[in-house]
Amino acid sequence: MKFAVIVFPGSNCDIDLYEALHTVCHADVQYVSHKEKTLAGFDAVMIPGGFSYGDYLRCGAIARFANIMPAIIEFANAGKPVFGTCNGFQILTEAGLLPGALKQNNSLKFVCKTVALEVNNKTMFTAKYQDHEIINLPIAHADGSYYADEEVLNELEENNQIAFRYAKENPNGSLHNIAGITNERGNVLGMMPHPERAVEALLGNEDGLRLFKSILLGSQVTGEMR
Amino acid sequence: MVNVRIFVTYKQSVFDPQGETITEAVHALGHKEVKNVKVGKFFDVEIDQTVKKVEESVKEISEQLLVNFNLETYRYEVMEEA
Repeated sequence: MKFAVIVFPGSNCDIDLYEALHTVCHADVQYVSHKEKTLAGFDAVMIPGGFSYGDYLRCGAIARFANIMPAIIEFANAGKPVFGTCNGFQILTEAGLLPGALKQNNSLKFVCKTVALEVNNKTMFTAKYQDHEIINLPIAHADGSYYADEEVLNELEENNQIAFRYAKENPNGSLHNIAGITNERGNVLGMMPHPERAVEALLGNEDGLRLFKSILLGSQVTGEMR
Repeated sequence: MVNVRIFVTYKQSVFDPQGETITEAVHALGHKEVKNVKVGKFFDVEIDQTVKKVEESVKEISEQLLVNFNLETYRYEVMEEA
């Protein structure tokens, strides 16, 4: 299984994602510049955190116009796994691959801390967790307050699309305590927390590791089915 | 050329944390008569009206880029015809 880590101008968690996959998971992974136009040969797309295009206009809004975006949209529509963390989540909502939007935190502050999350393990990105398991992951954002209208929120609940919820405190005012959601088909996940920063016990936390293992597991299952 | 100002604001249903904080600050100044402050942004756009209708240009750039309809709404004013 070959992973693409997309690099936009202003991405700053691309190396973390790369190392989580390469050094810790021993997966095949390669950086892909925003200038590229194809994702041929890749099996999963990872969109890192950061401040793509300086957060101009709205976080993630300008990345939608990058050369690589049509290929990412095509990749997602083909049912292949697409993962976005933090700014990656914002980009996925702005590109229309995930419903809703991320707005400024209710506190108006940049929040950087480790938070407790409740996991829904019925997604291809969370299969290695226990259902309703409480894990801890770092967050670091100023614009992570998830908003969608009532109808969309009901659909997310009914279709089991809410992969992660803030469990103890809601750090940003997200509706329904949403920290991460998938699309209806389940192959696109966006989340504000950073699992790639929590993959080694030596560095204090490995609660994020099973997310990457889940994606790798998914490819094995698909392989066996073939 | 036509100068157009496009105003983008949160929808009524969306909580505006900056607006609330500014309202509290205005009250701290003693202006109890001020009941509510909402924050938005505006874009000054210069448009060549001979290419296509100004209202069409404004509608298209607003809906496709300037406004995120999950959160926001917009209106515009024609400022002056240069």
